[in-house]
Amino acid sequence: MSDDAIIVLTGAACAIACAIPGCFLVLRGISLIGDAISHAVLPGIVIAFLITGSLAAWPVVIGAGALGLLTVFLIESLHRSGRVKEDASIAVVFPALFALGVLLLVRYADHRDLDQDCVLYGEILLAPIARLDLFGWDVSRPLFLLTVMAALNLAFVVTFFKELKLSTFDAGLAAASGFSPVLLHYLLTGVVSLTTVASFESVGAILVVAFLIVPAATAYLLTDRLGLMLLLAMGFGALSSWLGYMLAVALDASGAGSMTVAMGGLFILVWLLAPREGVLGRVLRVRRRKHRFALALVLEHLGREPTAESDLAPALRWPEQRIAELVQKLTTRGFVATREGLLVTTEAGSDFVRDVVD
Amino acid sequence: MSSALLTVLAGAMVLGFSAGTLGCFAVLRRHSLLGDALAHAALPGVCLAFLVGMWSGIDPKHPLLLGAGALATAWIGTLLILGIIRTTRLKQDAAIGIVLSVFFGAGTVLLSYLERAGGGQQAGLKTFLFGQAAALTRGDVVAMSIFAAIMLGTLVVCYRPFKLLIFDPGHAASLGVNVRRYEIILVSLMAVAVVLGLRTVGVVLMAAMLVTPAAAARQWTDRLGVMIILAGLMGMTAGAAGAWISALETRMPTGPLIVLSATALLLVSLLVSPRRGLLWSWMRRRRNRKRVRIENLLKDMWRLGEQDSRFGGTRALSDVMAVRAASQRAVGDAESAGFMRRHGTQLTLTPKGLARAARVVRNHRIWESYLSHRLDLADDHLHRDAEDMEHVLDDEVIEQIDDALGHPANDPHGRPIPRGAPV
Repeated sequence: MSDDAIIVLTGAACAIACAIPGCFLVLRGISLIGDAISHAVLPGIVIAFLITGSLAAWPVVIGAGALGLLTVFLIESLHRSGRVKEDASIAVVFPALFALGVLLLVRYADHRDLDQDCVLYGEILLAPIARLDLFGWDVSRPLFLLTVMAALNLAFVVTFFKELKLSTFDAGLAAASGFSPVLLHYLLTGVVSLTTVASFESVGAILVVAFLIVPAATAYLLTDRLGLMLLLAMGFGALSSWLGYMLAVALDASGAGSMTVAMGGLFILVWLLAPREGVLGRVLRVRRRKHRFALALVLEHLGREPTAESDLAPALRWPEQRIAELVQKLTTRGFVATREGLLVTTEAGSDFVRDVVD
Repeated sequence: MSSALLTVLAGAMVLGFSAGTLGCFAVLRRHSLLGDALAHAALPGVCLAFLVGMWSGIDPKHPLLLGAGALATAWIGTLLILGIIRTTRLKQDAAIGIVLSVFFGAGTVLLSYLERAGGGQQAGLKTFLFGQAAALTRGDVVAMSIFAAIMLGTLVVCYRPFKLLIFDPGHAASLGVNVRRYEIILVSLMAVAVVLGLRTVGVVLMAAMLVTPAAAARQWTDRLGVMIILAGLMGMTAGAAGAWISALETRMPTGPLIVLSATALLLVSLLVSPRRGLLWSWMRRRRNRKRVRIENLLKDMWRLGEQDSRFGGTRALSDVMAVRAASQRAVGDAESAGFMRRHGTQLTLTPKGLARAARVVRNHRIWESYLSHRLDLADDHLHRDAEDMEHVLDDEVIEQIDDALGHPANDPHGRPIPRGAPV
């Protein structure tokens, strides 16, 4: 496989793995828990590294997973104590844990294997170089790791689809039906922690937030269906990986950063163009509604008292030009008819007014 | 003390004070993570300003140039967050997450581009990521102080509208205050504070500089003015402590130490602040549980006394503990509080214990009478409520209820209501 393909596939696997829990974070309104976890797993990684002396998979996964759950637990307890509000709890807990991680890193860790740069933004462009011997197969380690992670997350969402859906949209009903929302919350945040750790080497602590949230938020602007939203989010993520890689090559710049920028670009595009939630759609909708309302007003006036077209503008106190346009529209649609030189509302016209008013 | 250390100390204290005071507004408005977003959104601004400097021949690392760039993108980021919230169904959390991560991503792209194109001049830009307090110069600190002074001056001038804005924006609007304008001023001040802090603590930890001292100060007071000053002082203390500890040894980064000092202040505040302290409420809960434990044991002994009319007599420990499976611990608590004496396996109520037992039983039965006669509850609904209330009701209330009920001799189940200890 070519290096280009490995990098794009690694980015896509990372984006797919992240998009799955990301959708639920966005829908539950806890996106920033993802932000908090991705920062707070740092001390877990560093501690595991200090104890075992290597960045081997299992100790790091355990350390980071434990710290991820600890973060969620600390935020919840602080918030539940009633002394600190939820947003402030997040803003207090994760920088403290991150600070601890940086302190441990600078103070004790060997700078060659683990340094601040790789922690903060990783480097996906190195994906083809990091190799792993897999039963005699020589494969790219990040690509393998993230593909496994994406498969695990897919299995997670397929297995618990019903439970996740219910507890996300109606926590009360979920609890009443016997699914523990608390357990699912911790399960979900556990998945976020593991995904973050798997992504660390390639995209780092901060950019993984983009992989988690941005494609999911983009998909949410396009659909109301959870299944479709998950698919769209994975699609946007994978597409961004490819677009981002092209940007990175063009600028000779950071790979993961460019993929993030691509995600941001897609988000803005959808934000502007989405049929229902988009800015453009909104503007068009408002204009259409204004137009329909103006037509209905004219019809309503003509329904009460038939008027000659020339008297309509003074009666409604609208500009002549506008009246002429509206009458033209109304005539072609058959909503008004001329009787003895006066405009009157037809049957179809009255139906239209009723439709607009309702 | 060396002058280099003095410079760092002064810088950290100025930063701590200004971030702490402004953080109060963020915390009370529930915009705590806006500071985090502002800090991340500043990164591409720093890089762009550097590029502009490189192309136009100005010193590309001039603090004012970089600061202006940081401020510009932080500002754009904020406007985008507000725009996303207003025009889509995405909520604040997602809007903040999107802006924070995408702007930071753009920053890393620019940074890596500069690393290849900057010809070595860009070295040091990275201190904006993690902060490097040791690199602060005297000139930096003077500039920081000037900006902090302007910021605090604005805060004082706009204090009243800001206060209205955070507690009741609707009321503020009805008074003719231009809410939108003051909101923008407030966010801009926050952006200035964030930019001041980037060099010292870095992008990631800036959120804590705003929020942690404010959350700590909130524990000590309900008054905004006091909270602001306290938060400023706590931020300043954390800044000084972090800078000082990091000077003690090598490989002790200042930013993380400042944040950890602030977190320590928060923990202390959470535990021991006078009215909201968790320590006090734990102790209160412990005391209450102990009291309930003792009183239940005394009540059990009273009930045994009712069966054979030997209220003050000696009883076997096993008989007493059989009534409701009372614990050894309850016996120990009651003994050390002077309510009973214990000889081997025999228990005797002291006069003090007898009086307390009578009072608890009296509370229980009068409350049951009240529920039954006045609230018409069924007889089998009385006991559970009375089990709780017997420990809480004070004598004055009980006597008033007793008067109101006409001094009944028996409770609804027909058991006698005691009046003080039997002689």
